[in-house]
Amino acid sequence: MIRLRQHSVIPGFGLTLGYTLSYLSLIVLIPLSALAVKGAAQPWSQFSEAVFDPRTLAAWRLTFGTAFIASLINAFFGLIVAWTLVRYEFPGRRILDALIDVPFALPTAVSGIALTAIYSENGWMGRWLQPLGIKAAFSPLGIVIALTFIGLPFIVRTVQPAVEDLDPAIEEAASLLGASRLTALRRVILPALQPALIAGFVTAFARSLGEYGSVIFISGNMPMKTEIASLLIVTKLEQFDYAGAAAIGLLMLISSFVLLFLVNVGQWWSTRHMRRAT
Amino acid sequence: MSHHRHTEPIWMRTLFIGASVVFVGLLILLPVISVFTEAFRKGFGFYLTSISDPLAMSALRLTLIAAAITLAANLVFGLAASWLIAKFSFPGRNLLLSLIDLPFAVSPVISGLVFVLLFGAQGWFGGPLYNHGIQIIFATPGVVLATIFVTFPFIARELIPLMQEQGADEEEAAVLLGANGWQTFRRVTLPNIRWALVYGVVLANARAMGEFGAVSVVSGHIRGRTNTLPLHVEILYNEYNFSAAFAVASLLALLALVTLVAKAALEWRIRAEQRPAGMDQGAMEEVA
Repeated sequence: MIRLRQHSVIPGFGLTLGYTLSYLSLIVLIPLSALAVKGAAQPWSQFSEAVFDPRTLAAWRLTFGTAFIASLINAFFGLIVAWTLVRYEFPGRRILDALIDVPFALPTAVSGIALTAIYSENGWMGRWLQPLGIKAAFSPLGIVIALTFIGLPFIVRTVQPAVEDLDPAIEEAASLLGASRLTALRRVILPALQPALIAGFVTAFARSLGEYGSVIFISGNMPMKTEIASLLIVTKLEQFDYAGAAAIGLLMLISSFVLLFLVNVGQWWSTRHMRRAT
Repeated sequence: MSHHRHTEPIWMRTLFIGASVVFVGLLILLPVISVFTEAFRKGFGFYLTSISDPLAMSALRLTLIAAAITLAANLVFGLAASWLIAKFSFPGRNLLLSLIDLPFAVSPVISGLVFVLLFGAQGWFGGPLYNHGIQIIFATPGVVLATIFVTFPFIARELIPLMQEQGADEEEAAVLLGANGWQTFRRVTLPNIRWALVYGVVLANARAMGEFGAVSVVSGHIRGRTNTLPLHVEILYNEYNFSAAFAVASLLALLALVTLVAKAALEWRIRAEQRPAGMDQGAMEEVA
């Protein structure tokens, strides 16, 4: 590959640099710094009251808890789905593969009302859960279902390439050494997929923390019970409490930045580690 | 797909396939089907009335306008940014790449919140602008800004890796043969990146038309004026007008399905175009 320096024969360096930086600043950097400044430039007592009052604390617990459970469910089933899609040939495989992308493409409000219709008392799923005493819609379980829905593609699409890249020699060696298929899966293949699985889990978790559209219909939005952090921001804005909204928003933004930064560091570390191992 | 000699026993394969089909079927397929059955629950006539309602039409109009402006703005940015990053090397290039990706890490509500903090009644610029009769929040410009923000990286993200891979040899040759910058871009670069460009636009469009959280925060839900299609769905639903909400939602679901089909077709197309190029490269290496 040819490395170009600034004195390249190709024109447009100044123009594209200027345009890119101005547009980036106007659309992304200035608005995000407005949040940082508005959130951080308030007395600590005011900040902590916005972020740690009982109602907000309940929302944090609910948001992090449901996101964690949903991502765990997705890590388990997402691994199975990714493995199935890569390794097995069966009728409908391509349709199954295409369905994984639906939560990416379907507007969140549409997923939200559809999930609510299905899991409310007389919905397709709700009517079976109701006699079992399980209340899905308008409860934390409903939030878990919505977050599982939106999180699945993140896990499957992260694990799928890792399954494709598995070195067949390792599986061969395991079987030559007399390991049963189950042992090979557990002791050889699962550890090899672990970095991708963790990366997918954290990405799905980070995305779930800020999810709004698919959750607010099914959650019922009862303060202290089924109110997520994103909704609290909206509520504070409706009351013109900009500082409070900015405080919660800033904390959410930092959480997701830290999580996604960890994913990048982890991926960088594991590729380096793998390269050294081979 | 190649046959794997070391594969699972048949009972395990059946279990894995069964679990995948049931899980994805219940979690993902069922909601998609329910959108359409709920939409037609009160019959085809009611469906048509719901989607041709004047308020639905004005929501559709705003959705189309916001998406068109967003795509044009982010397309120009995507081309400028990818030209800059792929054709030149300069300090801070990796930082710039990370900054372009930033909006992916920002959740929908916060994407709207940042613009309220700037342009809302108590925002940094909200007061002065309002005094000059310019309203951004609870008006179309706010909806457009929030939509631009959430789809910011889509097109650039598709173009940058592709143009980096293609390098700058062809453009250098064109310039040395006397082409000016615009000619080089139009005749040399654009034909090389057109499918990736379309791919990025298709994905950005789906997100632009379907965005809910960010737009919800800045729109103010003024019917007939600042309502987009997803917001119109919300209003109808909250009024217990379920069938009408699902009828409008079915339009958005249709858009999502069309997007997925287009995405698959474009991926096939891009792979088909890359394959002969890859073979050439292999042949070249063999010769060398």
